[in-house]
Amino acid sequence: MDMTVAKKKLGLKEKYKLLTRDLGWEPTYHNKDEVFPYVKYEGIKVHDWEKWEDPFRLTMDAYWKYQAEKERKFYAIIDAHAQNNGHLNITDARYLSALKIFLQAISPGEYCAGKGFARMGREFPGVGTQVACQMQAIDEIRHAQTQIHALSNYNKFYNGFHAFADARDRMWYCTLPRSFFDDAMSAGPFEFMIAIGFSFEYVLTNLLFVPFMSGAAYNGDMATVTFGFSAQSDEARHMTLGLECIKFMLEQDPDNLPIVQNWIDKWFWRGFRLLGVVGTMMDYMLPKRVMSWREAFEIYGIENGGALFKDLARYGIRPPKGWDDAGKALDHMTHQFMLALYQYQFGTAFHSWIPSEEDMAWLSKKYPTTFDKYYRPRWEHIKKLKEAGTPYANMGLAKLCQTCQIPTVFTEPDDPTTLCHREVEYKGETYHFCSDGCQHIFEKEPEKYIQGWLPLAAIFQAPLNGDLGAWMEWVSLADGKDNGDFAGSEDQRNFEAWRNQATSNQ
Amino acid sequence: MSTVFIAFQANEDSRPIVEAILADNPAAVLDEQPAMVKINAEGKLVIRRESIEERVGRPFNLQELQVNLITISGHLDEDDDTFTLAWKN
Repeated sequence: MDMTVAKKKLGLKEKYKLLTRDLGWEPTYHNKDEVFPYVKYEGIKVHDWEKWEDPFRLTMDAYWKYQAEKERKFYAIIDAHAQNNGHLNITDARYLSALKIFLQAISPGEYCAGKGFARMGREFPGVGTQVACQMQAIDEIRHAQTQIHALSNYNKFYNGFHAFADARDRMWYCTLPRSFFDDAMSAGPFEFMIAIGFSFEYVLTNLLFVPFMSGAAYNGDMATVTFGFSAQSDEARHMTLGLECIKFMLEQDPDNLPIVQNWIDKWFWRGFRLLGVVGTMMDYMLPKRVMSWREAFEIYGIENGGALFKDLARYGIRPPKGWDDAGKALDHMTHQFMLALYQYQFGTAFHSWIPSEEDMAWLSKKYPTTFDKYYRPRWEHIKKLKEAGTPYANMGLAKLCQTCQIPTVFTEPDDPTTLCHREVEYKGETYHFCSDGCQHIFEKEPEKYIQGWLPLAAIFQAPLNGDLGAWMEWVSLADGKDNGDFAGSEDQRNFEAWRNQATSNQ
Repeated sequence: MSTVFIAFQANEDSRPIVEAILADNPAAVLDEQPAMVKINAEGKLVIRRESIEERVGRPFNLQELQVNLITISGHLDEDDDTFTLAWKN
């Protein structure tokens, strides 16, 4: 009889080598340039793909095992949430607006990232890179799916969730993230890695999934915390991939430095603009708040981003060009964005509202140098108009930034009382910009950005011809249900009625 | 020196891991937030497989950390026995 002897297990590094690196092969009937046609045109010089290290050393077998465990945990909680009327446990129905924006603006971005990584896994020649991109492509699809599944439970009860895919394509506030991902997906493979791996994963997802999800927990939203943290458990791997990609490019050849720096400048600013949405959700749409957007940005943007740039200084990398302008915008951006959302609330598939006295007290405590001086008076004016029966709505159409596609609603970096607006003439056409950062991005690649599709312009074109009702139909917005002030909305009434039913026998 | 950090979902799987990290890294500072626990440290943070095994009473694969991991900061180096986060500059 044979003795059972415990087989010697492979060490992590050895296993990674066998299950990853050894999968690569040398093409024989095509040359490498034909097999990987897009890897050189960006100008990045690579001498040795073997130097690409995945520090997690995750192999496919372990990947499936741990991802399956995450999925089982996730769906167990989602079932419990649905079975126990979890939607009635949230602190306040105002919070639903943050979820609607998440579903319309962010979840489709996860899907785009999945498409992008599937492509990059094909286009990068290094095997370590291919495997990491493959895993991330699957992760991103999973994130889009789990978010849609989790939020579909809210769609059974509340307005504004039903047409998130149309909103993603056509809604004016969704074009901010949509254009970010379209820009990344139409870039070369290395730039894509900076856009998603560095800007989106390293800087943005920390802000999106960590304090925001912790905030969701504070607001009793079990479903969102669950998809948020489940997604974020993959993000640690994604950030590491982005960081490794930057290091790899810089270590491979000194000529790569100016190219990488230019991408860091560009994608930091694009990411910062995208954060305007997340910051506004954090400061205004969470009824109970863990921390302000400014505080979160100090930890995850300034401190954590600063640590990265300090570390990359040895390669000659300096902090991104827009860093100082971002610093100046910190105390203004979310207030300006919420005011913009409020004044165009007839055209949003979520509700906005005038902050309560208590909310304003919190905002002035968190933004002591700006809120009382610049923003409280505006909210109070808007409140007076509403009480007088003449609620404020901006029926005009702001100029749209050709780069980030958001209406030009932000102010000059050094003067919070003047709207920031830049113009560039290119081939006889005038293009508008919200900031120096977005103008510079355009000027470096004008032929790319003149092709941008700005869906809001459709309102003045045939067949809509300026008809607001026809535009609402075109963006799948149910007027009087999905849009407008939270106060008096169907969501507010239903939530109150159902919650009362849940706590009484009447 | 810049700060490295690691955050986990606050649950029973994470508790012994967090205990092990705090015991092994005297510079580590615990930051408890709703539904999550974050550990910050100046420069470097080392997670040791053995310390976690002592607490969970079974063999532990450091890749299991990924199930409840929320985020990290710093350069990562992982092998069978340690999971290290560090800013070297």
